[in-house]
Amino acid sequence: MKKWLSWIFLFAVLLFIYLPIVILAIYSFTNSAIIGKWNGFSFDLYKQLFTVERLRKTILNTVLLAVLASGLSAILGTLGAIGVFYNKKWLGKYVKSASHIPVINAEIVTAISLALVFALFNIGRSYFALLMGHMVLCTPFVMLSVLPKLKQMDGSLYEAALDLGATPTQALFKVIIPEIMPGIFSGFMLAITLSLDDYMISAYTKPTTLDTISTYVYQAVKNQNKSMLPALRALSAVIFFVMIIVVIVINLRASKKSAVKSTVK
Amino acid sequence: MTKDVKIIEKSETIAPRTRFSFSRKDLCVPYGLFLALFVILPLVLVVYYAFTAKDGRFTFANFIWFFSSWTMIQNLLISVLIGLVTTVVCLLIGYPIAYILSRMTAARRGILLLLFIMPMWINFVLRALAMKELLDLIGILGKFNYLNTIIGMVYDYLPFMILPLYSVLIKMDKSLEEAAADLGAGRVKVFTSVTLPLSLPGIVSGITMVFMPTMTCYVISDTFSNGKVTIIGKLIEQWFGSGDNWHYGSVIALIMLVIMFISTLIEGKFSDEKVYRGTNL
Repeated sequence: MKKWLSWIFLFAVLLFIYLPIVILAIYSFTNSAIIGKWNGFSFDLYKQLFTVERLRKTILNTVLLAVLASGLSAILGTLGAIGVFYNKKWLGKYVKSASHIPVINAEIVTAISLALVFALFNIGRSYFALLMGHMVLCTPFVMLSVLPKLKQMDGSLYEAALDLGATPTQALFKVIIPEIMPGIFSGFMLAITLSLDDYMISAYTKPTTLDTISTYVYQAVKNQNKSMLPALRALSAVIFFVMIIVVIVINLRASKKSAVKSTVK
Repeated sequence: MTKDVKIIEKSETIAPRTRFSFSRKDLCVPYGLFLALFVILPLVLVVYYAFTAKDGRFTFANFIWFFSSWTMIQNLLISVLIGLVTTVVCLLIGYPIAYILSRMTAARRGILLLLFIMPMWINFVLRALAMKELLDLIGILGKFNYLNTIIGMVYDYLPFMILPLYSVLIKMDKSLEEAAADLGAGRVKVFTSVTLPLSLPGIVSGITMVFMPTMTCYVISDTFSNGKVTIIGKLIEQWFGSGDNWHYGSVIALIMLVIMFISTLIEGKFSDEKVYRGTNL
């Protein structure tokens, strides 16, 4: 009885979560102006993702920015994490606590404070400002993903490498980095999702001519620009499908890994 | 004496004199500089703007303006209220989910957890748009602005509540509950005096992860109320945008910073290990 109730509860919440997305996905296959009206099956909205210049550029910009910001964040955050882990003096403590600020701070506050600093440097709204802003958002999460892996690592490995004649640089790249790679990778993935999801920082740092998916959609919603909305259904559906594929792949890999583990045991 | 020798040996092995040599400790220098430039300095600027007038003089006038304006106070209260209601609803939905999931077999809960947090990885403005379209279809959009805003907030922030709760509940030592049951506690008693207190760190970190953004994320309130509901984040946006008074905007931002700081202090009392948007997944 109780089990039965908890399943109903779970499914009700899942319905609440997925119903809007599924409805959007269904209506992405018709070119009607509003949801609820079926104009016959077509791929028109999907074609618009490629043919409407502004939309196509926006999608490309968003993905490119996410990859660039996450890649740079992965490098900066990994170096930062290694430094913080071995530096118990003020510098390490400072980096650790300062990098917590963007994590807990309200995004709008981070965004306007960045706008102030870029205005001070006379950089204003620019791609550089946008990139730095996304790195401010992403790098702390890379560091937070890498630090636990450093704690798990066998500390004597690095010293063994040095004893065997490796330079610190070699020891770093051949011993430490491979050991913490899973942390770097998950930090990188997290950074990608954060960058793709961001609205606030983009809105206050981006050049006026450039849009990310978030700012584009918000413009469409705010200005009641009905002509822009239908194509966004196709965009949501694409993101949703990609998401499902990624999750399935991750799941298959995880179950393969656990299968290997259980056979070893 | 022998100890001293050891230390010298060790420091030599860690930093041998080569052409290009660095210590692992120095690797945080680039990130440290980056943080100083793009995190610390910006916040200093917020404080500077909050305490200065347009001509650069030091003043408290911006604060006096904020706290003597009924509209501002009203908006602050509305934001807190919306934040509170959203947080409580998220907790009431999120806690049972996290609890049920944590009692399932490993394979089953893995997939279900993914289902619950997957929306977190879909662009939140698009997700809000999806929910808005559904509300429009049902026909309640534009009728109940506050209710719709809260539905939108819950829809967007529920995963952020589930995740920290789940990670606390999954790590909990289940034998404590069994012990309590063996000692004669009923199901309700076991929950209220063992499970609930032990999951407090998760509850606190879930609350801070939902409460702060709901007070400031004006994208959602704008989307679901057509701009009829004004929350504190919207005020910051207005003063930095069309209002064109960075000093007023900075005062509000500084107030948010103080609230953030206080909630971090409270959170720190409860837990030292936090879950930020799935860093531990």
